[in-house]
Amino acid sequence: MAGSGKAHLRSEDETLIRVEDLVVEYDVPGGETVKAVSGISFDIKAGETLGLVGESGCGKSTTGKALIQLPKPTSGSVKHKLVELTGLSSEAMRRRRTDLQMIFQDPISSLNPLRKVEDIVAEPMKIWGPKDKTEQKKMVDNILDSVGIDPEQARGKMAHEFSGGQCQRISIARSLILDPEVLICDEPVSALDVSMQAQILNLLEDLKKKYHLTLIFIAHDLAVVKNISDKVAVMYLGKLCEVAQSDELYERPVHPYSKLLLDSCPEPDPSITIDKAVSDDDELPSPINPPSGCRFRTRCPFATEICSSEEPQMQEVRPDHYVACHHPLI
Amino acid sequence: MNTTVVSDAVVADANTSASPLLVVEDLHTSFSIPRGEVKAVRGVSFELEQGKTLGVVGESGSGKTVLARSIMRLNLGNNVTTTGSAKFRGLSILDQPPKSMRQLWGNEMAMVFQDPMTALNPLVKIGRQVTEHVRHHLGISKKEARSLAVDLLNEVRIPEPESRLDSYPHELSGGMRQRICIAIALACEPTLLFADEPTTALDVTVQHQILNLLNREQETRDMAMVLVTHDLGVVAGRTDETMVMYAGNVVEKTSTHELFNNMQHPYTEALFRSIPKTSERSHTRLTAIAGRPPDLIDPPTGCSFSPRCPYVQPKCREEKPPLIPVNDGSHLSSCWFPVGTEENKAAFRKNVAEGLPQTLVVEEALAGGSSEGSES
Repeated sequence: MAGSGKAHLRSEDETLIRVEDLVVEYDVPGGETVKAVSGISFDIKAGETLGLVGESGCGKSTTGKALIQLPKPTSGSVKHKLVELTGLSSEAMRRRRTDLQMIFQDPISSLNPLRKVEDIVAEPMKIWGPKDKTEQKKMVDNILDSVGIDPEQARGKMAHEFSGGQCQRISIARSLILDPEVLICDEPVSALDVSMQAQILNLLEDLKKKYHLTLIFIAHDLAVVKNISDKVAVMYLGKLCEVAQSDELYERPVHPYSKLLLDSCPEPDPSITIDKAVSDDDELPSPINPPSGCRFRTRCPFATEICSSEEPQMQEVRPDHYVACHHPLI
Repeated sequence: MNTTVVSDAVVADANTSASPLLVVEDLHTSFSIPRGEVKAVRGVSFELEQGKTLGVVGESGSGKTVLARSIMRLNLGNNVTTTGSAKFRGLSILDQPPKSMRQLWGNEMAMVFQDPMTALNPLVKIGRQVTEHVRHHLGISKKEARSLAVDLLNEVRIPEPESRLDSYPHELSGGMRQRICIAIALACEPTLLFADEPTTALDVTVQHQILNLLNREQETRDMAMVLVTHDLGVVAGRTDETMVMYAGNVVEKTSTHELFNNMQHPYTEALFRSIPKTSERSHTRLTAIAGRPPDLIDPPTGCSFSPRCPYVQPKCREEKPPLIPVNDGSHLSSCWFPVGTEENKAAFRKNVAEGLPQTLVVEEALAGGSSEGSES
C-alpha cells in the first residue's frame, strides 16, 4: 500500500481540481530532506466533498496547502479548471486564490486578536471586493448571518469575546466573503468540543449547498470525515493508500492501513468487542528516510518480500474503489 | 499483592475490604476570580470499588477535570475552595495536610495527564523522571531503581528500554511519552489511577494502543481507574460505569452498558446524538446541541441543562431535579422529564407546537435523518 499511480483519476474535463504526482519536500538542517508528500494524484469534481484522512505526519495538511501553492510544491501538477497553478506567476496565483479559500484548525489563533470582527471579515474585500463601503457592510452582515453569527451583536467585538465554535464560524465567514469555488478545510473541528463540532459540520453542509462549494476536508477523525465526505482518500506517510466513495470505503476497507485506522476508531457502542491486545509501539517511520517499496510495510501484518522491493500502484478492486497494495483485503 | 506499603498512620486500612476504595460525597469546588465565584464542581457524589473503571464524560467546562484534581488535591492556589468529603480507604483526603498527601501521591493514587508533551520535564532524562518518586517512596538504591525502571518501560512496551532511560522527552513521540507517563504513574503500584483525557492529544491508532495498555495494567494490578474524557466512544468499550457531567453536576450515572442502551437524561442523549459515527451513512445530519454550556459564576436556577434542552418545561427552569434512581436502583438520573417516558414525549410535542428553537433543531434533524435513510 501507500503507493502511486493514477488509475483512480477521472477524465480531465469532469473535474474541477486535478492533482498529479504531487511532491512536497522540505530541506531540514543537516542536509536532509523531509519527504512530506511523495507523488500523490487525486481529483475532485465540482460540488464534491473529498475527505483526506490519515495520522499526524502523513502529509494531509501539506497537500491542502500545496493546492493553493503555499508553498509551491517541489514537483507535480495542480490544475484548477484545467489551468496549471504551479506555473502561474505569483500575481496570477494571488487572483486565483479568491476562488480557493482555506480554513484552519485553531479558530482563535487564525483571527487577528486586535481587530474587530467586521474588519476581519471585510478584509478580503479591501483588495478584491466592491469598493463601496455600504455594499461591503451589507455583504459582511449577510455572510455573518449565514454562518449563524448575529451581525448586530458581533460586528464591533474582538475575537477573544467569542467561543472557539463562534471563532470558527467567523473564519468561515471570512473565507466565503469573496464567493470562492473551493474551500479547503484543514482540521476545522479538531479543536472544538463535541457539541460545537456537530454545529460546524452541519453548517459546512448547509453552506456547501447554499454557495455551491467544493470542499476538501482534511481531518484525522474517521467518523467526522465519513460524515461530511462524498469521497475519501486515505493517506500514509506522503502516499495515497485507498480512494473510494465514503460509504464503500468504511464498509469494505481493502487497504490494511485503512482497516487498522477503522479498527482503532472508538465507537460509542459498548456491545462492540474491542481487540484489546497490547501491541508494541508501532510508530510512523521517519519521512526523512521512508521505507522502500510500500511505505506501510513496516507496520503491515501482511507484508512480504515484494512490498519492500516494489511500490504498489493504484488499482481498481471494485467499481470506483481504488487501492495501492500488493495484498489488498479482498 | 495489591496492598501497598503504607503506614497505618496514613491510611486506616481497618475497613478496606468492606467499603469501596473511594467514596466521594457532595463535593464542591469553586474558584474565586475578580468576576465572582466560579462553581466548577457543584455537589458530586460517587463510589468506586477496587479494580473497577469509572468513565467521566462531558463537554469542556463540565467540571470533570476539576473533579479529578480536587480528589487528588491538585487544585492549588488561595482562590480554590473545596468542600464536601472524599474518603480514600476510609481516610478523609480533603482534611490531609500536604505532607501526608505526598505519601499518597504516586504511592496510592496517581494521575496521567492529557498532554504528554508538557507533563514531562524537558530538561531531565527519562530514567530520572521514572525513578524519582520510586526512590522517594520505596527508599531503594539508584541501581535497584534503574532496574525497576527498565521493567516498567518493558511493561508499557517501550522498545529498547535501557537506552530510552538516557533519552530526553523531546526525543520520543507523543505516544511514547504517554507510555512513559503511564510508567511513572504505575511505578509505585497505586490502587487508584486518574487518567485525565489520556489520549486526546494522540492519533487514533496510538489512542487505541494506550487505552489497551491502561486496560491491561488496570486488570493485572486490580487497580481502580477514573477515566476522564469528552469522547463517548472511549468510555463505551472500556469502563464499567459511566458518569455524565454537565455544568459541575452529575446528570446521569449507571453501568456503561445500561447508559448506552437506556439513556435517561436529555443531555446524555444530546451528547450521543451530536457525535458522528462510522456506523452511520455519510451525510447523516447531526443533531447539534443548541447554545453553549452555562456561565458557572451564575448558573441557571432549576436544571442547568434547561436553556439547551429540547424537552424543557416551566418546572425545569424553576426547580432543580434531584439525582434519583430510575428502574433498578443503580441507574441514577436527574431530570423531570426523562427520555423515553410519556411525559418526555408530551413535552417534546408541546415544545414543537410552541416552536421552541432548540426543539425544532432536534425535530428537523430526526426528520432529515429518516428521509435520507429512506432515499438511500
